[in-house]
Amino acid sequence: MDALFSQLFAGLSLGSVLLLAALGLALTFGQMGVINMAHGEFMMAGAYTAFVLQTFIPDAGVSLLVALPVGFVVGGLLGLLLEVTLISRMYRRPLDTLLVTFGVALVLQQLARDVFGAPNVDVRAPAWLSGAVPFLGMNLPKTRLFILGLAIACVVALSLVLKLTSLGRRIRATVQNRDLAETSGVSTRATDRLTFFVGSGVAGVAGVALTLLGSIGPTLGTNYIVDAFLVVVVGGIGQLKGAVIAAFSLGILQATFEYSTTASLAKVLLFVVIVAFLQVRPQGLVSVRTRSLA
Amino acid sequence: MSAATGPVPGTATPAPWWRRPATRVWAGVAIAAVVLFGLAPALLSDFRLNLLAKFLCLAMVAVGIGLAWGRGGMLVLGQGVFFGIGGYLMAMHMKLSDAGPGAVPDFLLLYGDGVVPGWWEPLRSPVVTILAILVLPAGIAALLGLAVFRRRVRGAYFAILSQALAAAFAILLVGQQKVTGGTNGLNGFRSFFGYDLADPVNKRMLYFIAAGVLIAMVVIVRLLMSSRYGELLVAVRDQENRVRFLGYDPANVKVVAYAIAACFAGIGGALFAPVVGIISPADVGVIPSIGFLVGVAIGGRATLLGPVLGAVAVSWAETGLSEQFPSFWTYFQGALFILVVAFLPQGFASLGGLWRRRRAAGAPAPDDPPVGSGPDAARELASTDAADGAAQEAADAARTAGRNA
Amino acid sequence: MGTGLYTPRDTARWHAVGRARTGTLASSSEAKGTPLTTHTFPLRTTRKRALALSAAALAAALSLSACGGARTADAAAGTASASGGASCVDTSGDTVKIGFLNSLSGTMAISEQTVRDSLDLAAEEINAAGGVLGKQLEIVAEDGASEPTVFAEKAEKLISSDCVAAVFGGWTSSSRKAMLPVFESKNSLLFYPVQYEGLEASKNIFYTGATTNQQIIPGMDYLKEQGKKKVFLVGSDYVFPRTANKIINAYAEANGIEIVGEEYAPLGHTDFATIVNKLKSSGADAVFNTLNGDSNVAFFKEYKNVGLTVDATPVVSVSIAEEEVGGIGVDNIVGQLTAWNYYQTVESPENSTFVAAFKEKYGDDRPTSDPMEAAYTSLYLWKGMVEKAESFAVADIQEAADGVSFDAPEGTVTVNGDNHHIAKTAYIGEIGPDGLIYSVWESDGPIEPDPFLEGYDWAEGLS
Repeated sequence: MDALFSQLFAGLSLGSVLLLAALGLALTFGQMGVINMAHGEFMMAGAYTAFVLQTFIPDAGVSLLVALPVGFVVGGLLGLLLEVTLISRMYRRPLDTLLVTFGVALVLQQLARDVFGAPNVDVRAPAWLSGAVPFLGMNLPKTRLFILGLAIACVVALSLVLKLTSLGRRIRATVQNRDLAETSGVSTRATDRLTFFVGSGVAGVAGVALTLLGSIGPTLGTNYIVDAFLVVVVGGIGQLKGAVIAAFSLGILQATFEYSTTASLAKVLLFVVIVAFLQVRPQGLVSVRTRSLA
Repeated sequence: MSAATGPVPGTATPAPWWRRPATRVWAGVAIAAVVLFGLAPALLSDFRLNLLAKFLCLAMVAVGIGLAWGRGGMLVLGQGVFFGIGGYLMAMHMKLSDAGPGAVPDFLLLYGDGVVPGWWEPLRSPVVTILAILVLPAGIAALLGLAVFRRRVRGAYFAILSQALAAAFAILLVGQQKVTGGTNGLNGFRSFFGYDLADPVNKRMLYFIAAGVLIAMVVIVRLLMSSRYGELLVAVRDQENRVRFLGYDPANVKVVAYAIAACFAGIGGALFAPVVGIISPADVGVIPSIGFLVGVAIGGRATLLGPVLGAVAVSWAETGLSEQFPSFWTYFQGALFILVVAFLPQGFASLGGLWRRRRAAGAPAPDDPPVGSGPDAARELASTDAADGAAQEAADAARTAGRNA
Repeated sequence: MGTGLYTPRDTARWHAVGRARTGTLASSSEAKGTPLTTHTFPLRTTRKRALALSAAALAAALSLSACGGARTADAAAGTASASGGASCVDTSGDTVKIGFLNSLSGTMAISEQTVRDSLDLAAEEINAAGGVLGKQLEIVAEDGASEPTVFAEKAEKLISSDCVAAVFGGWTSSSRKAMLPVFESKNSLLFYPVQYEGLEASKNIFYTGATTNQQIIPGMDYLKEQGKKKVFLVGSDYVFPRTANKIINAYAEANGIEIVGEEYAPLGHTDFATIVNKLKSSGADAVFNTLNGDSNVAFFKEYKNVGLTVDATPVVSVSIAEEEVGGIGVDNIVGQLTAWNYYQTVESPENSTFVAAFKEKYGDDRPTSDPMEAAYTSLYLWKGMVEKAESFAVADIQEAADGVSFDAPEGTVTVNGDNHHIAKTAYIGEIGPDGLIYSVWESDGPIEPDPFLEGYDWAEGLS
C-alpha cells in the first residue's frame, strides 16, 4: 500500500516534469503547428540561466525565485528570435520547421558547450527545498512538490491568459480560423510572435525547475524533447486540457511500468501503448472540432 | 533527376532528346556506374574505398528517404530502426556462421545464458538471412504504416511517432543485452558468407556489391516514379484528399513507399555491418535517424540522384572536417540544416535546374510571378498540379525570381 | 521518463567485453599465424558460388555488377590475407609516428579530451627527454567522434595510411570492441587507458586501466570489511554495469552478503524517483553504483531528497572521478565512496610531479583522474617495452612486454605478458568537501590483473 502511494506520487511527479516540458510545446506545436525541436534547448537555456544567476546571487532560494521569471524571458526571447528569423518563413512547411529547428538545436548545444564547457554544472537547491514532507506515512521530497506546484501554476496561468486576456482571445481565434481572424482585424503575425514568445518562455521556466532534479549540461533538453512531443501528440492539439491529462497519464503509466518491470522496458511499453492509443483516437485525447478534412 | 529537369508550368516547349528527363536520368545512372565501378576502385586506396562503401550504405537509406519523404511527403524520422534491423540480422548471421554449426557466438557466452535464442537460430542459414533482410524491415514498416496511415495519422504526428520508434528501438536493443550485445552491439565479424573479411580483396568485393545494390535501388526508384504509382504518390503528397476523392486509398499508396524505404534502409544496414565491422545501438537511434535526412535535404529530396550525392558528400565532409575541427563540424552541420532546409528546400540539385532554366530562358528567370504573390502562393498554385517534384521546384524558382525581381 | 535523443555524454564509461574465455588469445594468434582462407573456410569454392548467388539476389536488377565483384574475389583468392600482417611503419628516420585516437566531438568528448590532454603531456615529456630509442615521437591525432564505427575507421587509417607504430586511445567498451578486429587483422598495437569489465585479452591490445579484480572486487571487499550485509545495485543499462553486477552477485553469494535489489536505468535516464523508491524500501545498508554520466546527478539528488544518508546507506561508485564531482554538486555527494586506482591526492613524488606538470600545462582548475593517469602511464609503458625490445616491431614488443614496469603516479605498475593487463594498486576513496577524492583504504600492494577471474573460486562459471 505504501509502495502504491509512493509510486502514484512518483508518477504524478514525473507527470509534472513532462507537463512543464510539454506545456510550451502545446502552445507552439498544438496551437501553431510548428514542430520546434529546439524547444529542449530553450529549456537548457533556462537551466543555464539559473546557473548563471546563482553566481551573482549567493542565496540559493532567492536566486531560484529570480531565475523563474528571468528564465521565462530568456527562453521567450530565444523563441522570438527563432520565430522572426526562421520560422515565420516556414509556416506552410511544418515538416521543414522540424529539420530547421533541429539544426538550431545542434548549434545551441554546441554553443552551450563552448560557452559553459562540456562538463555538467551544478545549481544548488535552496535549503527550504531540501528534505521531505511526511504524508500518510510517505516522505514526499519537497523539490518534487515544488515542481508539481509550479507545473499546476503554469497551467492555471496559461489558461487564464488564454481565456481572459485579449492576447488569449486573439490566439484562440487564430488557431480556430486563421483567415477569419485576419479578416476580423487580428494581426496573426503579431499573435504568432507572442504565442511563440510565451511558449518558449514556459520552456525556460521548465529548465529552471529541472535544475532541482537532474544535471545541467548541454544535452539537458534532448533528454526531454521526444517525451514532450509524445505528450502533445497524445493530448491532442488545440487545448491545454489534453496536454495536462496526457502528461499525468503518461507519467503514472511510466512509473507503474518502471516499478513492475525495468526502466528500459517501461519506455518501450509506453511507446506501444501510445501507438495503440492513436489507433483509437488518432487526434489525441482532446481535439478542437473543425470542419477541415483530417 | 526528373524533378530537376521537369518543365516549368507555362513554359512547356518540347525539349530535344538530349534534354529529355529520361535521357538525363539514364545518363546520370551511367555516369554513376562508371565512377563507382571504374574510377573509384582505380583511384582510391583500400582504406578510402572501404570508407566509400560505408557511405554508399548510408546512401541506400537516403534513396529510400528520397522516395518516402521527397516524393511521398512522409517525414521518416525513424529509418534507423530499419537500418538497424537489417544490420543486426546480417551481423547475427555472421556471428553465427563464425561460431560454426551448432556453436554459440562469443557475445552470447559473455552476456547471455550461453544458448542461442530460438528466434536467432534460423539466421544460421544464409538464404533465410537474406530473405529476412529483404522482408522483415519492409514487413514491419508495412504493418506500422497500415496502422498509422489508415487512421490518417500524418504530417507531424507521423514524424514524431517514427522518431519515438527509433528511440524505443535503441533502448530495446541496449536493454536486451543478453541477446543483442547491448551498447557494444555486434562486432568482430570474421567472414561474410564464407569470405574472410580481413582479406582486402573481399573488402573490395563488398564495395562492388554495395555499389551495384545502390545503383539497382536508384533504377528501381526511377522505374517506380515514372509509373502510374509514382504519379499517385506525388499526388498524395500534394493533395491527399483529392486523391481520396478520385477513388484511391492514399494509405495504401503511402504504405508502399514507406515499406520500400524501409527495405532499402534494411539492405543498407545489412551491408553496413560487414563493411564497417560493427553494428550497435549508436547507429540506429534518434540522432543517426535524423542524420540520414541531412544528406537527402542537401542533395535534393525530390530528385533521383540528389539524396545519393548528398549523403555521400555529407559523410565525406564529416570524416574530413571533424578531424581538424571537431566542434566546428557540429556548427557546420547545424548551419547546413538551417540554411538548406529554410532557404533551399529542394537542395543543391535545384540550383542546377535553376541555372539551366535561366540560361535557357535568357535572363533573368523563366516567368516572373505577379508581384505580391510570393513563393507560398506559387507553391500552392503549383502543388495542385502535382507533377512530380516540378511543383515544388516551380515554387522555388518563383521564390528566387521574386527575390530578384 | 527522460531518456533522450542522444546517447548521453559519458556514455559508456565502462567497457565491454571480448571474446569468450575459450581461446581468446589462441584464436587471435591462430588468425595471425596461418592463412585464414584455408584454415577457417574449407568449403571455399562452394561458398563462393553461394555468395555470388546471394549477391545477385541483393542486386536483383544489376546481377552483372554483383557477379563481377565475386569474380574479382575468385581471381585473387590465392593471394589473400598476406597483406594483413605486413607493416608499413617507417623507423628509418629520426622520428617515429604514433597515433592518438580519442573522441573530441560528440557525447564522449568531455571525458576523452582529458585523456588526450594527458597523452599530449606524456609525449611532450618523452620528446623533451630524448624520445624513444633516440627517435622523437611524431603524433598523428584523430577524432573518434564518440562513434564506434568512426573509431574502427580511424584506427584503420592510422595503421594503414599513417603507418603509426602504436595507437593510444579509446574509451567506451564499444569503441574498443569496434577497434579490436582492426588491430588484430592489421597486427598493430592499441593501448587502451580506461578501466573496463574484463573478460578480454587480445594480443594486440594493452589494457592500462583496471580490470574487474582491481576495482569491483576491492570495492566489495571494502563493504564487506565495513560489515555491510544488504547491498543494492544500481547501474546504467549497458555492458559494464551488467557484467560488474554479475560478478558482484557471485561475490555476495560466496561472502554472505544479500543483494536486495538490482536496477538498471537507460543511459541518460533522468528520473530516479522509482528506482530510489525501490532502494529505500529494500532496507539496503549500502549501494554499489555503476551509473554513469548525467544519471549520477539525478540519482544523487533524488537520494538526498528522500532522506537517504551516507552514514546509513553509503554509495560506492565506480564511474565518478574528480572531474564529475563538480557537475553532481559536492553538496550532494560529499562523503560518498569511490573505487579507483588513482586519485589526484595520491601521495608520491611521481604523482606530485605529474599533477604539477599537468596543471602547469592546462591550468590550475583542471583535476587529474584515473583514466588520465592510465593514459599517461600507457605511453611510458610503451616506451619501456620498445626500449626493452630495442625495436618498434609489434612482435618484438609483444615478446618484451612481460615484466616491463613504470613508477607511475598511482604507484609502480607492471605489465603482465600473458593477458596484457597491468598490476595496479586499488584505492577506495571518499569524496571530500573540496571536490577531491581522498583514499581511505588501499590494497596490499599492486593486484595482479585477472581479467577472467580465474583466481577466484566463486567466480567459476561467470565467463
